[in-house]
Amino acid sequence: MARYDSLLDTLGDTPLVGLPRLSPSSDVRLWAKLEDRNPTGSVKDRPALAMIEAAEKEGTLTQGCTILEPTSGNTGISLAMAASLKGYGLVCVMPENTSEERRQILQAYGARIVSSPAEGGSNQAVTVAKQLAEQNPDWVMLYQYGNSANAEAHYRGTGPEILKDLPNVTHFVAGLGTTGTLVGVGRYLHERKPGTQIVASEPRYGELVYGLRNLDEGFVPELYDADVLNRRFSVGSYDALRRTRQLLEGEGIFAGVSTGAVLHAALTVGERAVAAGESAEIVFLVADAGWKYLSTGAYGGTLDEAAQQLDGQLWA
Amino acid sequence: MAVNVSIPTILRTHTGGQKSVEADGSTVAEVINDLDSRHTGLKDRLVKEGALHRFVNVYVNDEDVRFVGGLEASVSDGDSLTILPAVAGGMR
Repeated sequence: MARYDSLLDTLGDTPLVGLPRLSPSSDVRLWAKLEDRNPTGSVKDRPALAMIEAAEKEGTLTQGCTILEPTSGNTGISLAMAASLKGYGLVCVMPENTSEERRQILQAYGARIVSSPAEGGSNQAVTVAKQLAEQNPDWVMLYQYGNSANAEAHYRGTGPEILKDLPNVTHFVAGLGTTGTLVGVGRYLHERKPGTQIVASEPRYGELVYGLRNLDEGFVPELYDADVLNRRFSVGSYDALRRTRQLLEGEGIFAGVSTGAVLHAALTVGERAVAAGESAEIVFLVADAGWKYLSTGAYGGTLDEAAQQLDGQLWA
Repeated sequence: MAVNVSIPTILRTHTGGQKSVEADGSTVAEVINDLDSRHTGLKDRLVKEGALHRFVNVYVNDEDVRFVGGLEASVSDGDSLTILPAVAGGMR
């Protein structure tokens, strides 16, 4: 059935696609979960809608309310779409070093953008959003970093979809941001298929993003649960870009840069499985497509040039 | 055993501004102790009560040591060790 009553109903049930050319061997196979097939083109449609619906149920979000959220783009775009359909306003706090396309889409949906300084990256956006929430008590902050509906969306949706499509899944690999995807899918898979390895791929940015004044300004999202993870990798922009291009050239999948970092971690665990003589069915999550990153130069020129251009930008 | 250690901006006051320094050791703890002997005060910034500081992440060849033995994670000659402050990162 491909008929839906509303765009919101098209959420989820995304394709799981085998990658015969990039898989390390016939016994160690890679599968891409294409979350760019969601309503606004990213995995963030899942938690955004779940958080809105939870707040509506609780009665904290009512007609005419303004939603406030720290975001580097995708969650903002998802919230903006849902807010425009449901009649809410939206204010997004966003680091100034995010891609131009993300800002333009947000503005097209009618969201208001408050920029936070580039140095300090996403956690400064969180700090600024918390200050704004205090100053505007009538605004509703869904707060994706600590909202259990975020992880719940993946526990109820993404996780069951993966297990239904690939009952013999051995590894799940995804990006680590709010941690909602990994925590939600991880909990579901650990419960239903004990022994599944949950692997995090964390973006490693240029120095600008780590410009804290002291270490205690660091930030670990409230949703984060290290017990759900089995391994965690940090992937820099060069490797992320290299893998993003490999995915495009090898399998025809035009993904965003963060997906390259996720594929890098997936290939690392895949190569280890090959070396250990084990078989593996590795699912990795494609968070979004490449359209919103064309302006960053990620898809053209030499890898070194493109990586240099990305330095100092938030690419995930 | 020489290990190349990347130092984040926030800790370079201890290394005279150097981005990357050399250290010896066969575990993360040994490498940190060796770093401290060469760059006084660094260990106190990284380790609290026998474990890594909550907002410090240490990676050996891009892998987070917390999942492979923590301070006891093994380090080999030629490995790279990266120290980073915890910041929220990812698709938001």
